[in-house]
Amino acid sequence: MHIVSIAAFSLIFLGGIGFFGFKVSKIARNIKLGRPEDRSGNFAERFKIMMLVAFGQSKMVVRPVAGILHLFIYLAFLLTQIELLEIIIDGFTGNHRLVWGALEGTALAGLYTFTINAIEFLSLLALIATVVFLFRRNIVRIARFQKPEMKGWPSKDANIILFGEIFLVTNIFLMNSGDQALQALGVYHQTGEFVLSGILASKLSGVSQETLIIIERIGWWGHLIGIVGFMVYLPFSKHFHIFLAFPNVFFSKLEPKGRFTNLESVTKEVKLMMDPSADPYAAPAEDAAPVSFGAKDVFDLSWKQLMDAYSCTECGRCTSECPANNTGKLLSPRAIMMKTRDRIEEVGAGIDKNGKDYRDEKTLLHNYISPEELWACTTCNACVQACPVNIDPLSIIIDLRRSLVMEESAAPGSLNTMFTNVENNSAPWQFSPADRLNWATEE
Amino acid sequence: MSDNLIKVPTMAEMMAAGETPDILFWVGCAGSFDDKAKRVTKAFVKILNKAGVKFAVLGTEEGCTGDPAKRAGNEFLFQMQAMQNIQVMNAYDVKKIVASCPHCLNTLKNEYPELGGHYEVLHHTELIQSLLNEGKITIPNGTFQGKRITYHDPCYLGRANGIYEAPRELLAKLDAALAEMPRNKERGFCCGAGGAQMFKEAEPGEREVNVARSEEALGVNPDVIAVGCPFCKTMMADGVKHFEKEETVTVMDVAEMIANAADL
Ligand code: SF4
Ligand code: SF4
Repeated sequence: MHIVSIAAFSLIFLGGIGFFGFKVSKIARNIKLGRPEDRSGNFAERFKIMMLVAFGQSKMVVRPVAGILHLFIYLAFLLTQIELLEIIIDGFTGNHRLVWGALEGTALAGLYTFTINAIEFLSLLALIATVVFLFRRNIVRIARFQKPEMKGWPSKDANIILFGEIFLVTNIFLMNSGDQALQALGVYHQTGEFVLSGILASKLSGVSQETLIIIERIGWWGHLIGIVGFMVYLPFSKHFHIFLAFPNVFFSKLEPKGRFTNLESVTKEVKLMMDPSADPYAAPAEDAAPVSFGAKDVFDLSWKQLMDAYSCTECGRCTSECPANNTGKLLSPRAIMMKTRDRIEEVGAGIDKNGKDYRDEKTLLHNYISPEELWACTTCNACVQACPVNIDPLSIIIDLRRSLVMEESAAPGSLNTMFTNVENNSAPWQFSPADRLNWATEE
Repeated sequence: MSDNLIKVPTMAEMMAAGETPDILFWVGCAGSFDDKAKRVTKAFVKILNKAGVKFAVLGTEEGCTGDPAKRAGNEFLFQMQAMQNIQVMNAYDVKKIVASCPHCLNTLKNEYPELGGHYEVLHHTELIQSLLNEGKITIPNGTFQGKRITYHDPCYLGRANGIYEAPRELLAKLDAALAEMPRNKERGFCCGAGGAQMFKEAEPGEREVNVARSEEALGVNPDVIAVGCPFCKTMMADGVKHFEKEETVTVMDVAEMIANAADL
C-alpha cells in the first residue's frame, strides 16, 4: 500500500512540476523574443522596491478593502507553503507528519503547533476573502471587473482561481480536523491542539476510525491535487502574477515616470542630419540591421514590456483610473496588457508549431490594438501609478504610436498639422517664431 | 496691479553686456503665444523682477521642446527640436532653468540629458517657494483670505516628476482654505490635454476628460481652481465654462495668485 501511494504521489507531484517547468520555459522563451533593454544595476534600490511593492504589497492598500482581503490570501498562500513542504516530505517517504516526528520533544515542537495554527487561522481569513471576492465580482459586479475585455475567459479565469482557493482551504481543514479527531482517539501523533480544526474535529465525535482516516486522507490528497492543479493551471492564467510580480517589480523603471525613452536609432539619424560635415548619401554600415521605428509587433517591444504583459493580474486598477476609459473612450490600459499577452502567446504557439523563425501575418498593432485606442491616451501615467505590480502600459502605447507615426505616417490630421507647425514655426501653433517674445511688450 | 512695466532680458542681450544670468526662464510655446498662459508668464516675470532674480529668456532663440511631438509618437521631430535647443543653451552655457510649463520641465529635465543637455530644472512654483522662504518676496494678507481654493495636479508635474508640495505650500501662504478634490496628488485625474490631446479632437466617448475633471473640481465648491500648467489652465477654464460657472469660479495659475496677492 505504501509503495502504491508513494508512486501515485511521485507521479502527480513530479508530473505537475515537470509540466509547470515546461510551460515556464515557454513563457521565458516568449519574453526573450522581446528587444534587449537595460534594466541592470541599482541592485539595492531594486531590491527595496521589490520588498516594498511586491512582497510588502504597498500599492495594494491604496484600495483598502481589496488590499486587505488580498493580503489575507497572499499571507495564507505564503505560509501554507510550509505545510506543503511537510506534505511533500511525507509523500515521498510514505510517512505521516514527519516534520512533527522530527521536532517532537524538542524545543521547536511548540513552533510546529503554532505554525499549523497560524496557517489555519490565515486560511480561514483567506476563505472569507475569497467568498467576498466572488461576491464582488459576480453579485455586486464591481465596475472594473465588468469592462469589455473581461468578457468570457478572463472572468471565468478569475472565478476558477477563487473556487480553487476554496477547494484548497476546505481540504486543509478536512485533513487537519480528521487528524485532530484521530489524535483524540490516540491513533495519530499528538501534535498539540489546532484550534480551528479542533473545533471541527469535535463535530466528528462518534465517527468511526476508518471513516476519520478516509476524511484525513481525502484532505491530504485533495490538498496535494489542489496545489498541483494550481501549478499546472497558473501559466495559462492571470494568476501567473504570483511568480512574476517579484521579478517584474524588481526590474521596474527607476527613472521619473515622465521620462520616455529616446530612440537611439532616431538620435543617430538626427545627428547625421544636423552635422554639416556628414555625407547624407553615405552607405549604411554593412552589418547594420534594418531599423524600424517604434513597435508594430511584440518583437519590437522590449523583454520588460513582455514580462509586464505576463505579470498583469487583470485587476483593472489601471483602467479604473484612466481618464480616457473613465470618459467612455475605447482605450483600456488593462486591455493593452491583455492583448499584448494574447499576441505573444499566439506568436509562441506559432513558433512551437512551425519553428523558431516562424512569423505569421498578424501584428499587435491593428490586429489586436487599434489606432483609436492608442490616440485616446493622454500619457497621464495614472495607469502606471495605479498598477500594484509596476506595469507600464503607457510605454507600449507610446511605442505603438511611434510605429503609427514614423512607419505608417498615420497620425490624425490635426496632429500632422501640429507637427508641421513645430517643424516650421518651432511652436505647435501657427505663430511666427519672430513673435515669440512679443508677450514681453504687449499690454 | 501697481506697475505694468516688466523687465525681460534675453540671453543674447545679457551676453552682449558681458553678463551671465543665474537662471534661464524657459517660457514655452503656450507661455509665449497663448493668451491665458501669457498672463502667467507676465505674472511670474513680475515676481522675478520684484525678487531681483538675475534671469534671462531665450526669446526668439527658444523653440518648442518637442514634447507634443514626442508624446504623439514623432520621435524624429522631438529629437530635432531637442538638439537645436540644446545647441543654443549649451552655447550660452546654461546651467539652471525654470519652466512654468510642466511639459517643458519634464522634457528638459528628463529627456534632454541623454541628448547632451544637462541642466538643473525647476518648476516656477519651486522657485517662487524658495524666493518666499528667503524673504525676497512677501505676501501681505488679504487678496485670497477666506477664499476656497482647490488645486489641480498637472500630470507632468505630479505623477511624472513627483512635485506635489511646492504649489500647495504656496497656496497655504495665501491664507485661504485649500479644499482637496477626491482624486489628488498621486491619484490626480488628468485635465485631458496631455499626450498631444491638446492638438486634436478627442476619440469618440461619453464625455470630454476636462468636463469630468472640472465637474470634480466644482464639486468642492471652490472660488478658485489653482493650476500649475498652461494646458491644464485652458482645459479647466473650458470645463468651468461648460458648467456655466465662469462668473463665480476662476481658474488661475499659482504664480498669478502669488503675484496678485503680493500686489504686483
Ligand atoms: S497614461 Fe494613457 S492609458 Fe494610462 S491612464 Fe493615462 S490615459 Fe489611460
Ligand atoms: S496593468 Fe497592473 S493595474 Fe492594470 S490590470 Fe494589469 S496588474 Fe492591474
